[in-house]
Amino acid sequence: MNAREVVLGRVRRALADVPRGEEPEREPLERGYLESHQPADPVELLAENLADYRALVHRATAGELPGLVARLLAERGASSVVVPAGLPPGWLAEVPDEVRRVADEEAATARLLDGVDSVVTGCAVAIAETGTVVLDAGPDQGRRRITLVPDHHVCVVAVPERVVDSVPLALRRLDPSRPLTWISGPSATSDIELDRVEGVHGPRRLDVVLLGA
Amino acid sequence: MSGGTYLGMPAFPEAARAATRDERLRGNLRHATHTIRDKRARAVAELPDWAELRAAGAAIKDRTLRHLDGYLERLEEAVTAAGGQVHWAADAAQANEIVTRLVLRTGEREVVKVKSMATQELGLNAALERAGVRAYETDLAELIVQLGDDLPSHILVPAIHRNRREIRDIFAERMGDWGRPAPEGLTDEPADLAEAARLHLRQKFLDAKVGISGANFMVAETGTMVVVESEGNGRMCLTLPETLISVVGIEKVVPTWRDLEVFLQLLPRSSTAERMNPYTSMWTGTSDGDGPSTFHLVLVDNGRTDTLADEVGRQALRCIRCSACLNVCPVYERAGGHAYGSAYPGPIGAILTPQLRGVDTALDASLPYASSLCGACYEVCPVAIDIPEVLVRLRERVVEGGEATVGGTRVRIRPARGHAAERAAMRAARWALDHPGALRAGQRVAGRMRRLQPRRLPGPGAAWSRTRDVPPLPPESFRSWWRRTRGESGEAGR
Repeated sequence: MNAREVVLGRVRRALADVPRGEEPEREPLERGYLESHQPADPVELLAENLADYRALVHRATAGELPGLVARLLAERGASSVVVPAGLPPGWLAEVPDEVRRVADEEAATARLLDGVDSVVTGCAVAIAETGTVVLDAGPDQGRRRITLVPDHHVCVVAVPERVVDSVPLALRRLDPSRPLTWISGPSATSDIELDRVEGVHGPRRLDVVLLGA
Repeated sequence: MSGGTYLGMPAFPEAARAATRDERLRGNLRHATHTIRDKRARAVAELPDWAELRAAGAAIKDRTLRHLDGYLERLEEAVTAAGGQVHWAADAAQANEIVTRLVLRTGEREVVKVKSMATQELGLNAALERAGVRAYETDLAELIVQLGDDLPSHILVPAIHRNRREIRDIFAERMGDWGRPAPEGLTDEPADLAEAARLHLRQKFLDAKVGISGANFMVAETGTMVVVESEGNGRMCLTLPETLISVVGIEKVVPTWRDLEVFLQLLPRSSTAERMNPYTSMWTGTSDGDGPSTFHLVLVDNGRTDTLADEVGRQALRCIRCSACLNVCPVYERAGGHAYGSAYPGPIGAILTPQLRGVDTALDASLPYASSLCGACYEVCPVAIDIPEVLVRLRERVVEGGEATVGGTRVRIRPARGHAAERAAMRAARWALDHPGALRAGQRVAGRMRRLQPRRLPGPGAAWSRTRDVPPLPPESFRSWWRRTRGESGEAGR
């Protein structure tokens, strides 16, 4: 008998008390919790919660965005930036040509990305109640590694379209078959005497731009 | 090199006696547990529907456990359909053998690891080492533990027993043996220590061809795996290597994608006391050109089905490893994590370890007693595990013996030695309470001799009275007082 049958056989014997023919999906499951905690202003709450976990939050209109992105990269002294294939070209329009553009492609290995300063992406969904941005590897976000290896991530969130109140509402918008990364503030650790330190392995600086009309 | 071992550790009381004498350890633990528990209370208070989330979390886990076979089959099907390969392991030896074989097949001799309770329980690192494979722990606290040849002492913050000075010394002395040495002039500032870890591990992440992880949740419906973390080492291990091997206990499955809406609210607030942890990764099989091209899922039993067989004890399998119960436990706060002698310390360890491993050893048989039954653990548990109820159940198993499932087989457990005095006392009490005449005579004699009552009990009672005052004997028993004041019939009070 192989291990699979051994384990499943043990599970079935262990559950001898469960009535045969009980169908779990037919049994009611009480979900008395709230779908949303109804924040008065979800975009404002998103900004507050992001800032609470030390992300740097900025606001811009479509007209202001290119200037803001250029300024954020310059502040960081970035000399190179990774660009997802489907990033709206206008977003980097004011970034000087000296800043090298690195395409998100198969050849952009982790080792190569280790030499790149910044990355600019959009996002799939942002969650107000938890201060979270979720990436789903969409065209304006790219492969998972490009938002992981460079030390600086600029994430643009279209508001209010991409913002949901809560975790339950976010899951409904997301497709589980895509690789998903939920980001709530920059990488952090509290492993040493519970002192919170920002920036261990992920990007140490996270700029979130709320892009509105 | 792979750290210490839990094998052959003394029973909880002996280990705890040493730990409670360590002033610095107690200071570190007190500070840490009180800090997290206060933060957790604030994070939980933000959600007015916490009680409903908790009830739903418990209900989803119970539903899963009652039909675990069906959900595991569905999970296997979904993972396979998404390009993953599923393996099954009945015990630790099988799981370690499978992982070792999968690693060796890649031709690699080094792997990077995300913190995983399951692989610690299995002793995977030691097994890999015997096969000539070096496993690098990449979580900061796990790195501290690994470099220090130490054992984890907390589920969430495994190096909670170490202070910054000790961590600095471990990094300065040991990092060079494992890879890039610590920078010259390393200070004991947490930010500097974190930077040293970042530099030390960066090359390993960039070179890694094989990653090993656990998972917090597996979704049966979609085949999706979920890992929650803070530092980004998890993302590194889950996305940069070519081969990913996830080793997960069978109880980590949840039925539907929607069910995550409950656990992704319960877990971060109970664990790190945050609205959401910095990073959560979700993946389903493999994706073209993004992340590992080969994904193996190893489903592990290792005592979980034995636990499932006990209708009272099975609720321990609801556990989502948040560690809130450790942080409120008066026993954990004083004894620390190592005294529990397994990967699972604290109240949850006291009910999980004796069920996963059985109560054969003195250590495992002592764990159900590592509690004052105060119930604080039950109060904070986000999936409402009634830990005191299971502790009492396990104490009964230790003292009385009886039916249990071990290694998949129904067996009769013999009463543990060392509890003979308790059993004898209980038998005597039962006889005396059944014979009112004898009880009356005994109480009368005791009342008259009460001046001679010792402060410490002799013989087998000595252990009990070493840490407790012997209650003074009253001059007369309640029964005789009742008879004297209310009359033989007991009618006087009416």
